[in-house]
Amino acid sequence: MAETITYLEAVRRALIRALENDDRVFLLGEDIGPYGGAFKLTDGLAERFGSDRVIDTPIVETGLVGAAIGAAMAGLRPVVEMQFIDFISCAFNQLTNFAATTHFRWGAAAPIVVRGPSGGGVHAGPFHSQMVESFFLNTPGLKIVIPSTVEDAYRLLLGAIEDPDPVLFLEQKRLYRTLKGEFDPEWSPLPPGSAALRREGDDVTIISYGAMVHSVLTAAETLAAEGIGANVLDMRSLCPLDREALLGAAKRTGKVLIVHEDNVTGGAGGELAALISEHAFEDLDAPVRRLGALDVPIPYAGPLEDASLPNPTTIAKAARELARW
Amino acid sequence: MSTEIKMPQMGESIAEGTLTRWFKKAGDTIKRDEPLFEISTDKVDAEVPAPADGVLEKILVEEGTTVEVNTVVAMLGDGSGTATSAGSPAEESATPAPSPATETAPATAAGGKSSAPPPPASREIAALEIAAPEIAAVARTAPLAANDSDRSKVRSSPLVRRIAREHGIDDLSAISGSGAGGRVTKHDILGFIDRRNGSGGAAAKDGAADGGATAAPTTPRPAAPPAAHGEVLPVLGLPRNHVTVERMTVMRRKIAEHMIHSRRTSAHVQSVFEADMTRVVALRNRNKGAFQAKNGVKLTFTPFFMKAVIDALREFPWLNASLDGDEVVVHHSIHFGIAVALDGGLIVPVIRNAEELNLTGLQKRVTDLATRARSKQLVPEEVAGGTFTITNPGQYGGLFGIPIINQPQVAILGIGGIQRRPVVVEGDAIAIRDMAYLCISYDHRLVDGAMADQFMARVKQNLENFDDAELR
Repeated sequence: MAETITYLEAVRRALIRALENDDRVFLLGEDIGPYGGAFKLTDGLAERFGSDRVIDTPIVETGLVGAAIGAAMAGLRPVVEMQFIDFISCAFNQLTNFAATTHFRWGAAAPIVVRGPSGGGVHAGPFHSQMVESFFLNTPGLKIVIPSTVEDAYRLLLGAIEDPDPVLFLEQKRLYRTLKGEFDPEWSPLPPGSAALRREGDDVTIISYGAMVHSVLTAAETLAAEGIGANVLDMRSLCPLDREALLGAAKRTGKVLIVHEDNVTGGAGGELAALISEHAFEDLDAPVRRLGALDVPIPYAGPLEDASLPNPTTIAKAARELARW
Repeated sequence: MSTEIKMPQMGESIAEGTLTRWFKKAGDTIKRDEPLFEISTDKVDAEVPAPADGVLEKILVEEGTTVEVNTVVAMLGDGSGTATSAGSPAEESATPAPSPATETAPATAAGGKSSAPPPPASREIAALEIAAPEIAAVARTAPLAANDSDRSKVRSSPLVRRIAREHGIDDLSAISGSGAGGRVTKHDILGFIDRRNGSGGAAAKDGAADGGATAAPTTPRPAAPPAAHGEVLPVLGLPRNHVTVERMTVMRRKIAEHMIHSRRTSAHVQSVFEADMTRVVALRNRNKGAFQAKNGVKLTFTPFFMKAVIDALREFPWLNASLDGDEVVVHHSIHFGIAVALDGGLIVPVIRNAEELNLTGLQKRVTDLATRARSKQLVPEEVAGGTFTITNPGQYGGLFGIPIINQPQVAILGIGGIQRRPVVVEGDAIAIRDMAYLCISYDHRLVDGAMADQFMARVKQNLENFDDAELR
């Protein structure tokens, strides 16, 4: 019988497999060594692989991304942990001006992975609950992956580590210990860039990624009971973007709702909506609708955080309106 | 500041209206309550007054165009030229849904005064309650052809317009929209294509569903540019240049719908009686001069028939009833509908509480309503809420006609022409009498033959023994 593991354990096992299989792989991060990481994701790795492959760093994100870029250019495969993904903004210059551009400026690849817990759902407020994908979606040269399932967390992380380009691997902390799934040791690495159809339906297409996919699927159940068939696409990767799947899903129903945990304004949903209206205009039976976090810094207070983020009720409501349009 | 002027809701069951005439043109200065435009709905024609003083900035809906209730037809400015919507943003997004909530705003736009009356109490569109747009018929000849501007006025979506193009559908207004605000959705147009193709449109549906890869044009049928030569009419298969094709007027379309609706709804049964009208004819001839001198209107036979029917209805209240599901609704008052022929259609004005009127009162009301019906000046409540109807197929010498019930009523009486005929009378004699055939159509769901015939026997008796107390 297959072993059931958490989303967090999937990430951890992917790191272990990469460390085992590829000597070029090493980890950099704050408190990831003997302490085992803020979420205990790297617990035991330093002991197992040694402190020269699981390296504790000072609290200086720009320094550790910079060091990773240098190591990658020298032929290694560094995996950097942001203790909370919010801190990635401290490494913004290293990521946007260096990691993203070295290939184009110098013909030198910088195959780094920067991974860490993103998003809300744990009432930790700003600094510890944000989504950051849209900061980087505007920067060509960075790949962005956001896994929603145990299998994807494992396979996409392996795919990211093998990828020749810098990859931001945005885990969802709310799924770390709440989401469980069966583990298959035969799982192969999955390169960034493919979407996954999570549910088929003919009335409304709901496009999402990350933890929101689960809220969308819950909403889809509600909608199904009302006779509204939801077609649910999990983008998984924002760059590269699976345009074929995106446009196909949009065309299937002609009515598209995009749901993400990030704020609506300037969020990835706008980009997806624009692509759909550019390339599938004549297949649209309604305006593309976006649903995301309210345009406020994510609140600490539980009820306020809950109110600021999309949830199955608000998703179902938006989809219902769209179906009726 | 500009105010939106919207198509008013003339009756709660009304979804659209035809703007038949503008009394003003863009740029005209107008006064509050001055007639601004004229509309024709399936219930009534009405003049809509200006909601306020101002300048008619822009006409958005041309004459002859049929639009949904609450559609903005014009902008009324104060002359300053600043355009601001009168409606709240929330209302804007939901514009045309004819709900009580949205009705409050248009009420001001349509002018709360007399010529834009509140919706009549009637729940149903009665089969014959139709207004006559003669003016519209003239104004309409040109703009009715389906063209791009027409198409763009029907709310749809890019997908629907593409499917329409691929299937040669030029005029989306033929498709009833189920989406928000009457929008034609993908589902609506695919259903329309299915029905048009006669059946199993599964192929078309699949084609569109997968993004149109297989939605190649199937049976393209260009829909009706009236002047086109060499084309063939899709349904009749006749060459277009041998016939004249014109669009049904709103009234014609509504009559068609209502008549078919009634035939589908009621179990029509007829019964024909013959009444000896000699006494009534004599009464009328003897009194008509004095009656006109005294009352200013001609004395016709109509109030005699009405009086006879009213008295009989009091005895047989189920003939003055409606069916609501499986409940029998018996009306306490008699709201008497009289079918009036118009050019290109007909209308049924209703005399309310007819049981309270005497012969003189009935004649005055009949004359007034018929006159105003012909000059299209009825207001909606005057053509709504009838409980029993008479019609007069004998006008041109017909012996009798078999009428169709005016829903949601359960009976209609057709009055044949009065004719002098040899008749066998008491004592084995043959006499010349004024005779008329009366044909009732009744709804057998509620009324059985025995009751209908007893009712008719009473009408006949009332006519043959007409109480002339009032005329003495």
